[in-house]
Amino acid sequence: MSAAVQGRAGGRRIRPFDWRHNPGFGFFTALIMLFLYVPLVVLVVFSFNANHFVTVWTGFSLHWFVRVAHNGDIRHAAYISVIVGVMATICSTMIAIAAALGFERGGSFRGETSAMGLVMMPLVVPEIVTAITTLIFFSSIGFHYGVLNLVIAHTVFCIPFAMLPIQARLRAIGTGYEDAARDLYGDEWRIFLRITLPLMVPGIMAGSILAFVTSLDDFLISFMVSSAGSTTLPVYVYGMMRLGVTPEVNAISAILLVISAALALVAFLISRPNEAGAAAGGTVAATTN
Amino acid sequence: MIKLRPVFWLLLPAVGVIFVFGAIPLLISLVYSFLTANPYGGVAMPPTFSSYVQMLFDQDFDGSLVFMPDYIWIAVRSLYLALLTTMLSLAVGFPVAWYIVCQSPNRRKVLLTLVSLPFWINTLIRTYCWILILRDEGLINGFLKWLGIIQHPLPLLYNQGAILLGLVYTFLPFMVLPIYATLERLDPRLIEAAYDLYANRWQLFRRVIWPLTKPGIAAGTVLVFAPALGAFLQPDLLGGGKQLLIGSLIEMQFTSSRNWPFGAALSMLVTFAVLVALAWQSRRSKAGAEARA
Repeated sequence: MSAAVQGRAGGRRIRPFDWRHNPGFGFFTALIMLFLYVPLVVLVVFSFNANHFVTVWTGFSLHWFVRVAHNGDIRHAAYISVIVGVMATICSTMIAIAAALGFERGGSFRGETSAMGLVMMPLVVPEIVTAITTLIFFSSIGFHYGVLNLVIAHTVFCIPFAMLPIQARLRAIGTGYEDAARDLYGDEWRIFLRITLPLMVPGIMAGSILAFVTSLDDFLISFMVSSAGSTTLPVYVYGMMRLGVTPEVNAISAILLVISAALALVAFLISRPNEAGAAAGGTVAATTN
Repeated sequence: MIKLRPVFWLLLPAVGVIFVFGAIPLLISLVYSFLTANPYGGVAMPPTFSSYVQMLFDQDFDGSLVFMPDYIWIAVRSLYLALLTTMLSLAVGFPVAWYIVCQSPNRRKVLLTLVSLPFWINTLIRTYCWILILRDEGLINGFLKWLGIIQHPLPLLYNQGAILLGLVYTFLPFMVLPIYATLERLDPRLIEAAYDLYANRWQLFRRVIWPLTKPGIAAGTVLVFAPALGAFLQPDLLGGGKQLLIGSLIEMQFTSSRNWPFGAALSMLVTFAVLVALAWQSRRSKAGAEARA
């Protein structure tokens, strides 16, 4: 690069060549980061507010967290959320492991693009459409089993989120180790158990955490599908929000926010951050092309 | 007998589950949209087009159909807000993605994590945060009052601007990440070649970077546009129910209005719009692939 510059310039000083240096872009990006994070910080800070008037700061207090912890309805909703989340995570991760192996190690086959498109469908269809079509589906076949309905609905939209990190991990490992084992006459099942599976573990862990977070965060689909007695935490919190801005809403929202953020961060740290980051959009871009 | 390859069995659970619980419900909803509403929820026979007629016409007292643009306005407003959200996200997201690509690998990781983290936080709670900031007794009004600039609170919440803000806030990561993914694969030598040919920054962006990033932009556009079109929480919480959008209208058909076929018909409309967007995207990314070659 520098040789080219000198050759052309002939000793004359010409404009700097570093295209990576863009004045103003750093400042702009910093502003956008503030835009993304200031509202979250505001919520967490005001959840520790002693005052009843929510956005007038009067002092530090854990009072509202104690109130939330003693609220039986919230505890029940949290229990439902965890049950649904854990079951949906287990189901979707198992399915996602198989699917990721199929897409990454199955070679190319007819209908690969359509299969990928179908698996990615929950990412593209607007949530409200998924919510009401699921509601109509369960109602049309007369399937009303409370928590089980929620587990099935959550499993469906958790599959892509669980699959993307696993798939990214498989792609990152490459087939070198497996080929070496095959050269050493390892049979397929043993290669999978002794080589592929252990190497997949970070991807599986990241995928299952992200599936759990996705399930825990879901509001609209649970809102439509859940029946009385199987209210998840976000649905319950939404009901509280409709009644007004209260310190309890702040406290429970802050708890949910911190749990989601912490779990997602753990998932990012286990897998490489750009793998997990790409899971949100980049891979979708690659697969829908 | 045809010998099935293992890949079939590996993909069967995922494809099967999403087909049965994702694709078939869409088809059943399509059927429902042609049935008669049952006032107690659910549907009844006979099949009819009334749900689709209802989008354009209202039944008068004497049973004659009168043209009623209310629902068209809701659809137009939803489309307008979704498009505006997409364009704003692109305008904001592109520079951010470009800045991240220009950083060292370690800083890239940190910045990418920061951009994608909000995606994993509950949308309900992220939307609620803005109520704390924008409402009459909220942070901005409180601050301005404290400064003595205003006497009465500014009406920041419960308008289209607040909905738009909430939508951009929620869906911005969907725009940044696909654009980043394409920019990362961009060959730096092309940029250097452009500089060697005396391109300035604007020409470089317009003639080299933008055309080569088109597939990422198209993917980001769809990923922002589709959920923004069907958004429910942002108009509900930040619009205060005053600015009815198609997402809230669909929700109402299953809660207060109890008109399932009409709700199903409206969802089919949204699904159709998303399919159009997807078709546009796949054409765009093909064009981009040709430009690359």
